[in-house]
Amino acid sequence: MGMKSLLARALVFAMALPAAAAGITASGPASAVPGNPDDKTILHVLNRIGFGARPGDVERVRQMGLAAYIDQQLRPDRIPDTQMAARLSSFETLTLSSRQIAQDYYVPAQMARRQAQLAKKDAGNDQNPSDAAKKPRTPQEMEMARKQREVVVELTEQKILRAAYSDRQLEEVLTDFWFNHFNVFAGKGPTQEYLTAYERDTIRPHVLGKFRDLLEATAKSPAMLFYLDNWQSADPNAADMREQRMRPGGRGLFFPRPPQRPNQNPNAQRQKRGLNENYGRELMELHTLGVDGGYTQDDVVNVARAFTGWTIDQPRQGGGFRFEPRLHDSREKVVLGHRIKAGGGESDGEQVLDILAKHPSTARFISTKLARRFVSDTPPPALVDRAAKRFAETDGDIREVVRTILTSPEFFSADAYRAKVKTPFEFVVSAVRATGTEVTDAMPLAQAVRQLGMPLYMCQPPTGYADRADAWVNTGALLNRMNFALQLVSGRMRGIEPGAGPVSAALANDVSPATASTIAKAGDPKQVAALTLGSPEFQRR
Amino acid sequence: MISRRVFMKNGGLALLSLGFAPAFLARTVEAAGAARRKILITIFQRGAVDGLNMVVPFGEREYYAARPSIAIPKPNDPEGAVDLDGFFGLHPRLAPLKPLWDSHQLAIVHASGSPDGTRSHFDAQDYMETATPGVKSTQDGWLNRYLHAREHASATPFRAVALATQLPRSLQGLEPALAIGQIGQFGIRAGQATDMVQASFESEYAAAADKVLNRTGGEAFDAVKMLKSADPSKYQPENGAEYPRSAYGDALRQIAQLVKADVGLEVAFAEAGGWDTHVNQGSSAGQLAARLDDFSRGIAALARDLGDRMGDIVILTMSEFGRAVAENGNRGTDHGHGNAMFIIGGQNVRGGKVYGRWPGLAREQRYDGRDLAVTTDFRSVFAEVVRGHLGVADTRGIFPGFNDMKNLGFLG
Repeated sequence: MGMKSLLARALVFAMALPAAAAGITASGPASAVPGNPDDKTILHVLNRIGFGARPGDVERVRQMGLAAYIDQQLRPDRIPDTQMAARLSSFETLTLSSRQIAQDYYVPAQMARRQAQLAKKDAGNDQNPSDAAKKPRTPQEMEMARKQREVVVELTEQKILRAAYSDRQLEEVLTDFWFNHFNVFAGKGPTQEYLTAYERDTIRPHVLGKFRDLLEATAKSPAMLFYLDNWQSADPNAADMREQRMRPGGRGLFFPRPPQRPNQNPNAQRQKRGLNENYGRELMELHTLGVDGGYTQDDVVNVARAFTGWTIDQPRQGGGFRFEPRLHDSREKVVLGHRIKAGGGESDGEQVLDILAKHPSTARFISTKLARRFVSDTPPPALVDRAAKRFAETDGDIREVVRTILTSPEFFSADAYRAKVKTPFEFVVSAVRATGTEVTDAMPLAQAVRQLGMPLYMCQPPTGYADRADAWVNTGALLNRMNFALQLVSGRMRGIEPGAGPVSAALANDVSPATASTIAKAGDPKQVAALTLGSPEFQRR
Repeated sequence: MISRRVFMKNGGLALLSLGFAPAFLARTVEAAGAARRKILITIFQRGAVDGLNMVVPFGEREYYAARPSIAIPKPNDPEGAVDLDGFFGLHPRLAPLKPLWDSHQLAIVHASGSPDGTRSHFDAQDYMETATPGVKSTQDGWLNRYLHAREHASATPFRAVALATQLPRSLQGLEPALAIGQIGQFGIRAGQATDMVQASFESEYAAAADKVLNRTGGEAFDAVKMLKSADPSKYQPENGAEYPRSAYGDALRQIAQLVKADVGLEVAFAEAGGWDTHVNQGSSAGQLAARLDDFSRGIAALARDLGDRMGDIVILTMSEFGRAVAENGNRGTDHGHGNAMFIIGGQNVRGGKVYGRWPGLAREQRYDGRDLAVTTDFRSVFAEVVRGHLGVADTRGIFPGFNDMKNLGFLG
């Protein structure tokens, strides 16, 4: 949206010009946070560091002061957020360890399935699993499968509820951001057993911490070790470690999608394992340096060799990270010109993480992604430069990098205003917030997000979901957004009580004359709300 | 606005518009008299299918040496490859495609791929969809550039459709293209108030200063009106075609539906995933086999369902790169280079032949000593389809910077 149209709108609605022109004040020497912000500026901040405004939010932030609000959001540990804990108290799995989740939710379902399979086998041996799958499941099998699904269901509900209601809005935005950056896919093998702990213990504690800590946490997380296959990557010359494998009987359960069948050849089972490059490559391409960050295929192989032996202890029982020297390639490696001496063991991988976390390409790649999330699809190079510089001088302190971005003149510029198209998740959650909707069952919302093309925890490629408008603006998805708006306010979604909140405030009354007059002609308050949430203006943040 | 009018009758289908008379329908009426346009259906196998187990070089000793646990046995084995020409064979789960081979409707280009050596899925898919390998700054996809090169007045909102929730890179660009997850769900749903609400949203988007949303909104409402007339809910596949029950099978069924509804479809896009078989890939049975089963049954059903219409249609399949010649330590395959592409249908497809120079699989014949070498640039295959099937003589604008185009002759 250009400056001209902004001006036109401001005139039509007799609103003051936002942000850019406003005074630059306090909150540190480099801060461009306006001291006396208008509604649009406050809304801009609420849209970017959180999931949009609830009724009354703009006024609350004005009272508090915009700079103080941003400071507060940068220290989520100091925000009590007690109501959030109350909302989540009925969920059973969110606080469980991976071991407990495996024992109580996955193993029973696996047992039930195995028993049923054995029974079917007795009834008539059927080698074709797709035929077997068509046979009706036993009641016990179904009950156990339902219980198993609860784990991901609760995690999904939790994500939506936190985004909608947590006072720690920036922490939620960044948890979503970093999970997506270090994406893992719930559909791949036992990754889903570890998902709850992955988000809670691996991602969340580090979202405003040191990048190096976050990187190592993900590198050692069973979810990532499974997802990018490193758990079974081994020095091809290492001893035969077939006991390390999961036994074939358990696989059917752990690989619900896509179906990965055990290899029926017992000889193949005894073959030696070897190097798997998957993690090594994505670690550099997606997690740190970026695809143009200056690494070669040789680096990929050397990084993969360094991480051999980084595996999982008792993978079928929810065990944690373990370094297994017998799988490790102990010879010397050279990574990006750095020599990693032979015999380093577990520290080989740690040295690689050091090299990558300190690399200038990483500072730039991470800063670019953060600036894209908070400012615009094509973030101003000068801002990226400053953020990358801050990354380097603070040893990868994410809080400081984010602070640099959120207090920059670029963040408050007219060019950044409504520059981002909301992702489906952001759209759905912001609609809930704008209307003051009360959610007791978040799964219908998760279903809506899925229909809009962004199934939560189900992004298959390691890139995570795109953070650019062109990925989300298309005809089908746009119609689905309008339909979601209609559905949300209809009051006919299970577990969702639409509020009577003043939706127009969620757009700071800054809409086109056409949108204003269309809304003015609407038949009833529900239509008013739907036509607001489905409007072009509400698709942006 | 005309309140009720029968716009056209074509192929036994009446397009009826209630309350709307969009300009494109008038254009469709004009176009109806003209010869049917050629249609291209592209299928992207995302995740890098293992081309060596899809189109098996069973005549290569090296193939078996490199893949002790995952190779597809020779055709004389009950679980073996389906012999094509004494050297290549189809994976046994691609057997549904064999009749198309026998009737010369299926051509294969082996050892095709990108001149760029990236083994990143994401870069390689991007390069394939923009058809500018090595150049990341390309804004539009090759299918969109084709549409642009062939802009015409009778284009409808259904000219280019991806049966997907997101518009693929191949179709992004200047020309309008639709992404539809489920065509039955396509439209505004507000019960009795639907017409009023739809008109309201339409006016909001029509007036939006926001160019991207303005344009996309306009396309969406045009398409809704047209599809409503075509009534997709009553669709029944013909000729006994049975689509596999998968998202991919659904997508192909809906493409057939759009073709038969004569709504002006020229380019369709579908995708199938699950090819990234790093671990336990399987051989004649197993993980890859299950995916290939879905893949081939889908194509076979589509060709059967479309019947005689296949004369005007080419189905083109692609995947971002192939997989390493040797299996890895987890009975899977890591990212490789060359791959195989299928060209199916069309009056002038010269099928029943594997095209392209076969580079061999011995270590010294491999790319980087590990992967199937690329002897045919994938853009040569694209360009031949654009030229030979879609009839664009000069493809330089569609494939910028591509100067050593080869004509393989799979389209006569």
